[in-house]
Amino acid sequence: MPDEKTITLEIFRYHPESDAGPRFQSYDVPYNEDWVVLDAINWIKDTVDGTLTYRWSCRMGVCGSCGMMINDEPKLSCAVFLKEYYPNPIKVEPLVNFPVERDLVIDMDGFMEKLQSIKPYIIRDDVNDTSQGEYKQSPAELAHYKQYTMCINCMLCYSACPVVGSEPDFLGPAALALGHRYNKDSRDQGFDQRMEKMMEHEAVWGCTFVGECSVVCPKNVDPAGAIQQAKASAAQEYFKGFIMPRGAGK
Amino acid sequence: MGRSSTHQHDVLIIGGGGAGLRAAIAIAQENPDLSVACVSKVYPMRSHTVAAEGGAAAVIKPNDSFENHIYDTVSGSDWLGDQDAIELFVKEAPKELIQLEHWGCPWNREADGSVSVRPFGGMGTERTWFASDKTGFHMLHSLFQTTLKYDNITRYDEHFASKLLVDDGRCCGCAAIELRTGQMRAILGKAIIMCTGGAGRVFPFTTNGAIKNGDGMSMAYREGVALKDMEFIQYHPTGLPGTGILITEASRGEGGILVNKHGYRYLQDYDLGQPLDIHDPEHPRKRTMELGPRDKLSQVFIKEMQKGNTIDSKYGPVVHLDLRHLGEAKINKNLPFVRELAKNYAGIDPVYEPIPVRPVLHYFMGGIDTDLDGATSLRGLYAAGECACVSINGANRLGSNSLTELLVFGARAGASAARFAMDNPDFNVASLEAQAEDESKRIRRDYIETGTTPGTSSGDGGSERIATLRNEMHEAMEGGTGIFRDEKSLTDTCQKIAELRDRFKIVRIDDHTNSFNTDLTAALELGFMLDVAEAIAHSALERKESRGSHQRLDFTNRDDENYLKHSLAFWQDDDAPPRIEYKPVTITKWPPGKRTYGKGSGLTKQENETT
Ligand SMILES: Cc1cc2nc3c(=O)[nH]c(=O)nc-3n(C[C@H](O)[C@H](O)[C@H](O)COP(=O)(O)OP(=O)(O)OC[C@H]3O[C@@H](n4cnc5c(N)ncnc54)[C@H](O)[C@@H]3O)c2cc1C
Ligand code: SF4
Ligand code: FES
Repeated sequence: MPDEKTITLEIFRYHPESDAGPRFQSYDVPYNEDWVVLDAINWIKDTVDGTLTYRWSCRMGVCGSCGMMINDEPKLSCAVFLKEYYPNPIKVEPLVNFPVERDLVIDMDGFMEKLQSIKPYIIRDDVNDTSQGEYKQSPAELAHYKQYTMCINCMLCYSACPVVGSEPDFLGPAALALGHRYNKDSRDQGFDQRMEKMMEHEAVWGCTFVGECSVVCPKNVDPAGAIQQAKASAAQEYFKGFIMPRGAGK
Repeated sequence: MGRSSTHQHDVLIIGGGGAGLRAAIAIAQENPDLSVACVSKVYPMRSHTVAAEGGAAAVIKPNDSFENHIYDTVSGSDWLGDQDAIELFVKEAPKELIQLEHWGCPWNREADGSVSVRPFGGMGTERTWFASDKTGFHMLHSLFQTTLKYDNITRYDEHFASKLLVDDGRCCGCAAIELRTGQMRAILGKAIIMCTGGAGRVFPFTTNGAIKNGDGMSMAYREGVALKDMEFIQYHPTGLPGTGILITEASRGEGGILVNKHGYRYLQDYDLGQPLDIHDPEHPRKRTMELGPRDKLSQVFIKEMQKGNTIDSKYGPVVHLDLRHLGEAKINKNLPFVRELAKNYAGIDPVYEPIPVRPVLHYFMGGIDTDLDGATSLRGLYAAGECACVSINGANRLGSNSLTELLVFGARAGASAARFAMDNPDFNVASLEAQAEDESKRIRRDYIETGTTPGTSSGDGGSERIATLRNEMHEAMEGGTGIFRDEKSLTDTCQKIAELRDRFKIVRIDDHTNSFNTDLTAALELGFMLDVAEAIAHSALERKESRGSHQRLDFTNRDDENYLKHSLAFWQDDDAPPRIEYKPVTITKWPPGKRTYGKGSGLTKQENETT
């Protein structure tokens, strides 16, 4: 089809079994204005190059699998359209600030450990039996933490955060926002246990409210706001003598 | 594909979606000494439960009763659901949703702090709990985060199970590829629970994510377990044209209406009751019009299309789902995700414009045949969630019963599997390891090394592309096993799928390496889907009646005399179609009756007297 419009994708390739370092491969893809970048990548995999490797599933912006750097910005590839770039080429790379496993697949072990470390579950001394019915929670109490429940673990904020880039151990925006989510939940009593972990690293205190994490977040979680609020409560507790923020005093 | 390594646990769960995680917690909490493994081909929070929008049903409010929920589900199933299973399900449902509440699920709330419920299709009373319109997302994340509390749950994330390991008539594990390295692992358990979800990707136009390929259904089927009621496939009436992304039924539960190209609420022409004015405080009336069941609403769409009343779009005929009268505030509060999806993927803001929609393949009522405890006919193998068929859904599932089902039966399967594991501690590790080794060799030989299967008619040199076979399967399934079916369409589909299964033997992949080989997993998934497709087509061909979601143009009536039965498809071998058998439906207190909608309530007094 000679007069069919095409768009060029420049895709980062790296295979640990054969490549000494990363390279870019260029693909011409039929241009369809309804397509998201993920559709174009799927087209490549199905029709020209089955070796191209990436993660995806829901294609509706909710499973959090398909984060990539698209023209240097962290994006969900299922939520960004070719028409936003056409006729210019699109550069596609794995999320930055993570080790690369292969092509666009990054290693998320560290992220998973960070999530787990902040104890993201309801902690209570007295657990009701289900026969006693639900814990009551007013709409206002729900609104208090609801925004911070919206995180899809896409990790775009980790790619945007300068602190994550320089200090890989930093718990990072999503994990801190999740810890904050449970701290703010009226059903939870785990604040002390969680804050110890959340505030242990100096990076929390080093987070200068650059706010890039909140800018790139596709779900309006506002992790930067969560971190600021968490720091405020930590400082309060510090003065009450509960928490020893190890990095804080330096 | 490296050499296989062995990992032993007490209970192994295959699948980290809602059902798998609920099962894992059930075991971990009750039996802290048991070691639980959860194998999932994606990180658990990527599982497709994440995409569920509308809500989860359970009786909780004083205006509701178990009896009502049971009756709605039984009649919704067109009497093909097992009534003992439905009764148990309805009675355990509230406990499970409260449990989720205790684990942090952010359910919407009333002013007094109790949970909110909304109306849903086919339900005579509002009983659907919701977390705005991201209920599955919140349930999945609450479950996943709760699993992080238990030291005795070991996760095998991004491990792709390719085969069950069975020794001496007992299932004791699976062979799974660790995606990162490509290494084959023998992951063993004294009891196994299959929780691998549905198979929507057998069809081209579906609400289902890429990972829903019927893997577990096929793995169990290949070990001799029957796939039950596979002909019953749910089309959801409101998918976005082009992508198939779902616009939840909750949008109608909140008061959205469906109109044709004349702006007319066409559902009133099809025995679904009379419309109330959109500003009437009684609107939307339960079990009526827009809140009719999904099978009927999807069938009606086709009839409107045949009458020329649908609207032409770039992606074929559509109708309009109009939410404008709900107003921006209500849409933002209860349907924010619908607004986001419509804006992003249809370029429409539902606050100002109606959303174009058409029926879309959504859900599998059928699946791995289990009993009330999730046990299958294979010793040691259990199943729960969408891959299983207990059956509470019969010929048509009611929206919002599935999220509840995966909790109720996930927990039950977990408890029974734990008991089985404790009672049957010993198994033959060497034999299972050998099987995993064989599976590793098979995959090397058939895919990684040559990309062809030697010894088939086409010989070593043949080659078929995954996407080509997948597209042809899609076409055959949509053409033959869609909303309306007949002998010819089904026979053609059966033949086509047999041909594709044969051609699949010489599928060739591009990727001959080990690390994160998604070309390989796509090929294995295609193999699973072809098995499932064949079971669907043959089960549908054999059922010579119309019931629920299975509508035959050549047998238009329900035939209780011959077909008030569950179909069972048994795998025969690589070259033969499945063998179809039947087993009775359990009827306890609700003898088969006429399915009526449009009277506004479920169990009306009159119906109560006739049942
Ligand atoms: C868009 C959408 C909206 C929906 N909305 C609702 C709703 O509002 N209410 C309702 O009740 N129901 C709804 N449903 C239905 C419901 O969400 C699903 O039936 C249910 O979530 C299925 O859960 P599951 O745990 O069985 O499977 P899934 O959540 O699909 O999980 C399957 C798991 O199995 C794993 N797996 C699969 N194959 C393999 C393999 N080979 N090896 C290893 N792991 C494997 C996957 O990694 C995944 O972890 C909706 C469905 C869709 C698609
Ligand atoms: S906070 Fe936002 S950007 Fe970060 S992981 Fe969560 S959803 Fe993604
Ligand atoms: S594919 Fe799920 S978020 Fe993009």
